[in-house]
Amino acid sequence: MDFFAFVKPKNELETVPDSQQNVPFVPEEMWMKCPKCNTLLLTTDMEENLNVCTKCGHHFRMSAKQRIHLMADCDSFAEHDSELRSSNILDFPGYDKKLEKARQKANESVICGECLIGGVKAVLCVMEAGFMMGSMGTVTGEKITRAFEYATENRLPVVVCTVSGGARMQEGILSLMQMAKTSGAVKRHSDAGLLYITVLTDPTTGGVTASFAMEGDIILAEPNTLVAFAGPRVIEQTMRQKLPKDFQTSEFVLQKGFIDAVVSRDKLKATVIKLLKMHGYKEAAQ
Amino acid sequence: MTAYEKVMAARDAKKLTAVDYIAHMFGDSFIELHGDRRFSDDRAIVAGLCMLYDTPLTVIGIEKGRNTKERMERNFGQAQPEGYRKALRLMKQAEKFHRPVLCLVDTSGAYPGIGAEERGQGQAIAENLMEMMTLKTPILTILIGEGGSGGALALAVSDEVWMMENSVYSVISPEGCASILWKDSSKAPQAAEALKMTAQDLFDLGVVERIIRQPKAEDSAMFESLKLLISRTLEKNLSKPVDALTEQRYARFRKIGTAHLD
Repeated sequence: MDFFAFVKPKNELETVPDSQQNVPFVPEEMWMKCPKCNTLLLTTDMEENLNVCTKCGHHFRMSAKQRIHLMADCDSFAEHDSELRSSNILDFPGYDKKLEKARQKANESVICGECLIGGVKAVLCVMEAGFMMGSMGTVTGEKITRAFEYATENRLPVVVCTVSGGARMQEGILSLMQMAKTSGAVKRHSDAGLLYITVLTDPTTGGVTASFAMEGDIILAEPNTLVAFAGPRVIEQTMRQKLPKDFQTSEFVLQKGFIDAVVSRDKLKATVIKLLKMHGYKEAAQ
Repeated sequence: MTAYEKVMAARDAKKLTAVDYIAHMFGDSFIELHGDRRFSDDRAIVAGLCMLYDTPLTVIGIEKGRNTKERMERNFGQAQPEGYRKALRLMKQAEKFHRPVLCLVDTSGAYPGIGAEERGQGQAIAENLMEMMTLKTPILTILIGEGGSGGALALAVSDEVWMMENSVYSVISPEGCASILWKDSSKAPQAAEALKMTAQDLFDLGVVERIIRQPKAEDSAMFESLKLLISRTLEKNLSKPVDALTEQRYARFRKIGTAHLD
């Protein structure tokens, strides 16, 4: 409790809500509140627990870097095409400023590269919610396309962790074309007989859902992930009706038959390793 | 015309729809084929076989309907997953018989509804994008009105994409863009300019190969020359080895919007 609380007028003391009275004082960056069960969680505990609520199991969003740390073997990740940067190709009003702001959090909306996953060499692409909500612009599409082309050439499996608000409207039709381009690269990788695993994370929507997110040989999703083409707000606006409970969660999409499994974060890497090995990919020689 | 006036022209309820194009160009030769063989027949997609002069052709169009009754029946040209699956089924059939495919696109977008989501709208579109890219037969797409985002692209992964002079093609509607970015849908005209969605814009960006001039009243002469153009293009592509054709199709999409990257 605030040390100076005793000098405050009595009536103000009385208005402190109950839920806050028993909370020890900690600086704000040290704790976070679970949006699902309202438990206050220490950030250090959360990090140890893979950003999953220690009480109710709610999966918090992760940055691309955290997720690479989760999926790739220690220090094995080598990034590709890190020099590619989004630019305002259509001269869209306000886009330069948005990009500038986004770059304070991350370089791009996807990080691609190769790494070892349980000793198995694979191409790993991880989208970044911190960069314009993982929206797909030309650079996003180009990086993912190059990653698939590299994997096809080198006969490697691909794992893509998606998180995206959809196509990036500031790049107009060129962002829409990325859906076709990435799908083409996935198809060529698939036709070469190579494995593609998608990991859907919250939220995966719009143009990413309608392209490479739904094109995996095996599609996994984290619990309680929003998986949608048209997001709930769009549907509510057009239908003018309330949506069913749990509509478009990964559990719902699983029940409808569009994903293979819902896998909690602590089992994700082990599941991917098992799948890679079942497809004949061997541990790389040390 | 301003960009937004073009949007309005593309949406004009009086303009010709896919069934009109089919009737004008292929007349009595058209046999409609129905259903996706999985769930139902989506009336927002009209598809079938016809004769392009002496060549059998698979034609697939998104149909908005020409009056209120038809528009209801056609769900205002907003296809559901089964519509995209019907289109893919007929494209695969065309591939089997090495028959060329013509797609006519006119939609504000794929239907954003509960049922459509439950039946995998995103998956249906994604599958079309993947399969069309390597379909072993020539495909040509013409945008004849609105080209609304993924719902239009699902029929436009083709060897060539053409636009009627008064059609538009965009990742989002100008109203949607204005309301998301500027919280004000009345700024749609500015959004229409910024999105670069007119036929001329897309031609300049290298997204479409050809703009078809539209006379004020679309007459039989326009359809005759359009039909001839379609025939020449498809015949040229029919004569190519299929691997070269699909390689060229991939390269077409591979290069769009990459000029500034190097």
